[in-house]
Amino acid sequence: MAREIAIDPVTRIEGHAKVTIHLDDDGQVEDARFHVTQFRGFEKFCEGRPLHEMPAITARICGICPVSHLIASSKACDMLLAVGIPEPARKLRRLLNLAQILQSHALSFFHLSSPDLLLGMDAPEQERNVFHLFSSHPDLARDGIRLRKYGQQIVEWLGGKRIHPAWVVPGGVSRPLSEKLRDRMLEGLPEAREVTLRTIQAYKNLTEDFREEIRSFGNFPSMFMGLVTPQGNLETYDGRLRFMDAQGDIVADQVPGSDYRDHIGEAVEPWSYLKFPYYKPTGYPDGIYRVGPLARMNIVDACGTPLADEELAEFRELQRGPALSSFHFHYARLIEILFCVERIEQILNDPDILGQRVRAQAGPNAAEGIGVAEAPRGTLIHHYRADENGLIQQVNLVIATCHNNLAMNKSVRQVARRFVSGDALDDGALNRVEAVVRAYDPCLSCSTHAAGRMPLHLQLIGPDGALLDEAKRG
Amino acid sequence: MSTPSSPIRGPVEAPRQIRTLKIDGFDVSGRAEQTILQVALEHEIDIPRLCHVEGLSAIGACRLCLVEIRATGRLVPACVTRIEEGMEVITDSKRIQKYRRSLLELLFAERNHICAVCVANGNCELQILAEELGMDHVRVPYLNPDVPVDASHKQLAVDHNRCILCTRCVRVCDEVEGAHTWDVEGRGVDARIITDMRQPWGDSGTCTNCGKCVELCPTGALFEKGTCVAELERREFLPYLTAMRRTEQ
Repeated sequence: MAREIAIDPVTRIEGHAKVTIHLDDDGQVEDARFHVTQFRGFEKFCEGRPLHEMPAITARICGICPVSHLIASSKACDMLLAVGIPEPARKLRRLLNLAQILQSHALSFFHLSSPDLLLGMDAPEQERNVFHLFSSHPDLARDGIRLRKYGQQIVEWLGGKRIHPAWVVPGGVSRPLSEKLRDRMLEGLPEAREVTLRTIQAYKNLTEDFREEIRSFGNFPSMFMGLVTPQGNLETYDGRLRFMDAQGDIVADQVPGSDYRDHIGEAVEPWSYLKFPYYKPTGYPDGIYRVGPLARMNIVDACGTPLADEELAEFRELQRGPALSSFHFHYARLIEILFCVERIEQILNDPDILGQRVRAQAGPNAAEGIGVAEAPRGTLIHHYRADENGLIQQVNLVIATCHNNLAMNKSVRQVARRFVSGDALDDGALNRVEAVVRAYDPCLSCSTHAAGRMPLHLQLIGPDGALLDEAKRG
Repeated sequence: MSTPSSPIRGPVEAPRQIRTLKIDGFDVSGRAEQTILQVALEHEIDIPRLCHVEGLSAIGACRLCLVEIRATGRLVPACVTRIEEGMEVITDSKRIQKYRRSLLELLFAERNHICAVCVANGNCELQILAEELGMDHVRVPYLNPDVPVDASHKQLAVDHNRCILCTRCVRVCDEVEGAHTWDVEGRGVDARIITDMRQPWGDSGTCTNCGKCVELCPTGALFEKGTCVAELERREFLPYLTAMRRTEQ
């Protein structure tokens, strides 16, 4: 008899989702889907708002990565104003974005994913959480908190507050950085670097235990996308898009963000509020590509900072061609934390960032604005149209997690096929399905621009559509 | 014989009529033509208000300055009620607080006041009053009306979502600037401030672009274009302007 298993809600991710696993008559997994169950409507209610409010409004899409939205939104608004922003402002925005990526990656790795990695996928549910880590691995838990704090502290010092700072504005930033705060940021750097290096070492020692997961956790050929510098190095603030295929060949390079629609299409499915972007030349649903840390580590020629480049060389040893297993998101995330620490140091030592001219003033000078930046979870695109008075007419947001939607669905299917069978749901199998979703560090609140609580729901559904078993968490 | 002319030129000033009264138990006095609000403020007794601004005519629109007259137990707006001899006024009590909070809740429910993304966040009289009066929730349903933003003016914009119809803009434009660009159309919840005969602000033939309306707006309804969230700043210009004019006369 065929059946459906539901994991609802999926836990330790940002947002609300459920997973359904469809079993065939023999109790084998036929299909599995990752459903995003929240809806918010930012693209609609931003219509009619003055463009200068857009960064602050869209920052409310997310409490974890408001900075990414501030950055992409402000860049789209810079284009609506048709201004080049002052150099100190550009560097300060870049600094803010790096601090944000650092803190978000620390949250994802230490708080959300490390319980799976350190305590094991089969550890009892009651123990597999960050609180238990404090008793089992107190040093690592403390490291995680301190590292995240450092990133958040920079965001606060620059923006005035940690969550939804209104400091990034169309045309630049609202006030310059003081020498005193710059020095305090520099003071925290050595510890952040130490913690990061220590964690990378600890992670590498762990991966031996996860060979099976590495083999089956979203391990499939797909394309990858991300921003790169003109030299092809890792870029988070400016840069142009690069697309790489599963063999590691670059199929499109130095694509200006404003041409994203030539390469990315967006499909919708009735069973999820999350759209399904795809690589246009390949078409839907085969044009599957991944973004985020894994994609960035795959597509770049180099990180551009010494320590991160050393790690990248090791990362490249994992596999010939691009690393395809989504399990490697974790390693990629740690390398990026190291990159952030190094780049933050470079920027802080640049005297330019103390410049007092940080804002270009202008009225609405263009009808269309597109801002692209790398958020912690991948490439973030804000696309606005505005009327001659600067009121927003149309909004399209393509969020990092959206890009990964096809890949997440495929990963869930793969893990379910490998670990789930029969009609009963054992906890380890169920957790592996969640853990593969977690590897992508999806931010569903962002990607649906939606509202509500964040739990996961797993359903086991028979071929006749009957619900056979389900598990809810949250 | 001609009548000897008076040594004092100009109209003879009538002797000032002084009234004494009690506000919150304190003995105070004021001139007969003064309002309860004026006398209270002169004696450093603060009364919440949103539509009243010293230097403009008083209209009693917002009702937040409601005070209780002890003898009758009636609630009257302090900004348009003249003082009387022997009056006892109570400016703060549980009952008054309840009414003021309810008034604020109605103001918040009527339009779309989203403080977090408002230009006036942190510098908004409505927001500050809500904090001061402990309005921590709104018990009536929000109306969520669909109201527009007029950004047709070169430098200034009006967001009707945030307008509380205090009409400070209407009065300052008429009484101080003398342009009378602003007015009010419609009634009740349909009332809107308009420029000229309800044409876009940018097309107004009377607006002098002076910006006095923006300076006096208690919320973020009127703002300079290009202002981002929480960036609104205000200058207190009206007391100086009115004082200068008095000196000129």
